[in-house]
Amino acid sequence: MRITCPLCGARDRREFYYRGAALALERPAPDAGEQAWDDYLFLRENPAGETRDLWYHANGCGAWLVVRRDTRSHAVLEVRLAGEGAQ
Amino acid sequence: MRVAGKGVLDRSRSVPFRFDGVRYAGLEGDTLASALLANGVRLLGRSFKYHRPRGVLTAGSEEPNALVTVGRGGRQTPNTRATVQEIYEGLEARSQNAWPSLKYDLLSVNTLAAPFLGAGFYYKTFMWPKAFWEKLYEPAIRRAAGLGALSGLPDADRYERAYAFCDLLVIGAGPAGLMAALVAGRAGADVILADEDMRMGGRLLAETQQIEGRSGQVWAGEVLAELAAMENVRLMTRTTVAGAYDQGTFAALERVGHHRARAEGQPLECFWRIVAKRSVLAAGALERPIAFADNDRPGIMMAGAVRAYLNRWGVCPGRAVTVFANNDDAHRTARDLVAAGVDVVAVIDSRAEAPGSDLFEVHRGAQVVGTSGRLGLEAITLRSAAGERRVETDCLAVSGGWNPSVHLSCHMNGRPTWREDIASFVPTPGAVPGMMAAGACNGAFSTLACLREGAEAARAALVELGRSVPPLDLPATEDEPYRLTPLWAVAGKGRAWLDFQNDVTVKDVRQAVAENYRSVEHMKRYTTQGMATDQGKSSNVTALAVLADATGRGIPETGTTSFRPPYSPIAIAALGAGGQGKGFAPERFTTSHKASRERGAPMIEAGLWYRPSTFPAPGEKSWRQSCDREVRMVRAAVGVCDVSTLGKIDIQGPDAGKFLDFVYANMFSTLKVGRVRYGLMLREDGTVMDDGTTARLGEHHFLMTTTTAAAGDVMRHLEFVSQGLRPDWDVRFTSVTEQWAQFAVAGPKSRALLNELLDAPLEAGDWPFMACGPVRVLGVAGRLFRISFSGEQAYELAVPARYGDSLFRALVARAEGLGGGAYGMEALNVLRLEKGFITHAEIHGRVTAYDIGMGRMVSAKKDCIGKTMSQRPGLMEADRERLVGLKPVGAVKLITSGAHLFAKGAEPVRENDQGYVTSAAYSPTVGHVVALGFLRRGPERLGEVVKMVDHLRAVETLCEVVDPVIFDPEGGRMRG
Ligand SMILES: [Zn+2]
Repeated sequence: MRITCPLCGARDRREFYYRGAALALERPAPDAGEQAWDDYLFLRENPAGETRDLWYHANGCGAWLVVRRDTRSHAVLEVRLAGEGAQ
Repeated sequence: MRVAGKGVLDRSRSVPFRFDGVRYAGLEGDTLASALLANGVRLLGRSFKYHRPRGVLTAGSEEPNALVTVGRGGRQTPNTRATVQEIYEGLEARSQNAWPSLKYDLLSVNTLAAPFLGAGFYYKTFMWPKAFWEKLYEPAIRRAAGLGALSGLPDADRYERAYAFCDLLVIGAGPAGLMAALVAGRAGADVILADEDMRMGGRLLAETQQIEGRSGQVWAGEVLAELAAMENVRLMTRTTVAGAYDQGTFAALERVGHHRARAEGQPLECFWRIVAKRSVLAAGALERPIAFADNDRPGIMMAGAVRAYLNRWGVCPGRAVTVFANNDDAHRTARDLVAAGVDVVAVIDSRAEAPGSDLFEVHRGAQVVGTSGRLGLEAITLRSAAGERRVETDCLAVSGGWNPSVHLSCHMNGRPTWREDIASFVPTPGAVPGMMAAGACNGAFSTLACLREGAEAARAALVELGRSVPPLDLPATEDEPYRLTPLWAVAGKGRAWLDFQNDVTVKDVRQAVAENYRSVEHMKRYTTQGMATDQGKSSNVTALAVLADATGRGIPETGTTSFRPPYSPIAIAALGAGGQGKGFAPERFTTSHKASRERGAPMIEAGLWYRPSTFPAPGEKSWRQSCDREVRMVRAAVGVCDVSTLGKIDIQGPDAGKFLDFVYANMFSTLKVGRVRYGLMLREDGTVMDDGTTARLGEHHFLMTTTTAAAGDVMRHLEFVSQGLRPDWDVRFTSVTEQWAQFAVAGPKSRALLNELLDAPLEAGDWPFMACGPVRVLGVAGRLFRISFSGEQAYELAVPARYGDSLFRALVARAEGLGGGAYGMEALNVLRLEKGFITHAEIHGRVTAYDIGMGRMVSAKKDCIGKTMSQRPGLMEADRERLVGLKPVGAVKLITSGAHLFAKGAEPVRENDQGYVTSAAYSPTVGHVVALGFLRRGPERLGEVVKMVDHLRAVETLCEVVDPVIFDPEGGRMRG
């Protein structure tokens, strides 16, 4: 598998650390309530299809990336810097 | 035997080798199979389950039968296909799975046990009584059934890994692959052409058709010479492209050293990762057998393989050859044999409309229904309209048609497509993104069609790559149609073999259907069809057809065959190349490593780091003696310890203070320049992640330390919080762990020691507890931190790593002059335990700030990572297991980490568990073992006696619950 880092170019996935759903970027406010925090920390979709994951270019530039990909074909549809926002 | 005037190898070079201890001679360019056939050796092995005599079936890597063991000891390679192994002077190969010898294999009585070893025998025969499986059946089967064995010794060979990138990867160097590489290479694209064979050319080496008026071998040689001269083309022989993966990544195994005597320093194999923008699959096709009774005797071979041995290696596997086929292609074998002067007995063609010949007898609408010959073929039984008769022949060349090599197209979950006209599967377009199939692997079998498809695939790839496309210019060659009428299995009695490697018969498949294993996936598992190391390359399509017939369905409705990586077996050693020994876990050394080793310090591993456990003094017999002395030395004088392995992260930016407030539970923005503060870091779920000290070096400049173990995790966490959660804050992080050598200088004489080295000596009031700042040490710019992990007056002195070795030596030498010296990890651990300081033994991932008595450090004035969740009621309950100190009070004085805690009178069972010990060590300072642990309501139980039970080590100790800080609870020594 290869991921095209917006800063470094196409690299083997062994350069990246996988973190999980990009939902982790959408941190609730401190007073958002138990349900919002529970959703944020513990509940995850398991889609057959499009998904957005966080990957860290650990053996590269150190950028956190949002990778949009298809879990059925493993096609990588889009890679963005996490700092550009979750959407 | 060799046939005069045939073959494309050098007849002048004789190569001696041994098989089963017997010396033979072959020619350079021979495989073990061709050389043995040239020497008249037909029997090469015994089959997996029934120990049937088996010989060479094919001329390629698909070989299911002729598996041998090459080499000895740590260089022994089992299950080597004789059809792939090249001979060289000194080659030593042995047959497998035969006892006591290949010719007199006593275990062939397994054949008599066939009724018990048939389909599903794993599932039913040995299921009852249960105990018999482990004690009787499994050992017996393991002894009787099997392939070659590993030596049991460490692999003495070297393996490498390598990476390559290209515009176009061409897989297979037959006519289609050569043409694809030529078109793309001439257009200037970066091309890799890989072929598993020692020599490129594919079927052109095995056939007699002409291209442009020259032999196929000569034409291939010309193309290869042109390709070799191109700088943008890399030719990789003996390289099997074994797997296709996401985004154009391919795995390939290059056999670097199997074809010659071992040379020192050279790898045996190289595992490649190749990344290609586009690929052309030109993997060719594999001929399939026809199932008929006793179709597995040595001497029965594929018709295309017989042709290959004749045309490429100049070998005829028999004196009187018969051909049995259902297609026109196999008639070429008879034509080539006759042209070479070999006696062709007849062509037996199952088709009533088969073509005739002036050169040999053709039996139309006829079949082979049986064979005989104890260790090799002697005769066959021919059934035709005229009835059945025995025909003497020592070689039967069989062809049931050709199966395109679709394997790589299945590796990304693609299913191949059935094509009725060739009665086989072809790759489904798009199954592997960026890959196009061309030639025989795409169901195009004439030479011209292969050349055309290869050229067209390359042209399509060039278009997609945005390159100019040269005009199509195809060489002139044959374009004969491929005519076939399917014949899968000949009706009749006797065992007709499908999967030669796993000993699966037509009857086994029918048995599976009779027991309602009708799905191809169930049938495979029940019969083990296609589940051997060859993945059923020769047999899967035929088995599917037999299954379809038995279930009354069509073949495409019955299912498809699928293949997974690797295309052919790869040694684990090659996959793990670079990961043996220290390659698996690289060593990280501190700058004091050499000096520590010179002082005889035994090293212990801390992650990848190596740290000294103690610095033994002359006469000390145990680590405990050294450790006790080092602890006393620090408490009484001064000690020096390398603490460089702690993570050091340089944090800069106008928002650095605000950022630290957000990632630490406590406040940092209020910290003054030139001061250090202890920080506690939480995970977002409220548990403790890490701790350490952070120094403010400037208004916008902090230096964070992390624990040794969590350095990488914390760095990644900071980057995540910064980039992902607070992208608007202006702050940057740099790991400087390896840039700075840092030494703890601890003890009442620490200031005296430093003053021997610092350019400007410290006055008593300077540098109060938790102060930090720049210093010059022996003329070098460094940093000094007044922090303590020992409870003594202590400093940490940091210099650029290149001065680490000399500073450590200088510090230790001067410390010794003051009655001190170096101390190691054991003493460091005792010193911190006496002070109740925590490490990752305590913050192990399940404890909260509240549990370790630091609940009030979670600042109420601000939000921080983990704050919200740390305040969940369940994480704040007094009843939780919370940090305490422990000291032994009964007759037994031992406390062991990992032991559990119980109320004094309670039975030590899980239901009564009240906590556990995390760290324990003997304290020479207080004269007993000191320990930390977690105990339910711990801080409320100070003074209570609890029972510690270590079930594993059988230790039971009465312990008093005490404050975690046992030594100098007021901290006067540390601050003084
Ligand atoms: Zn990058």
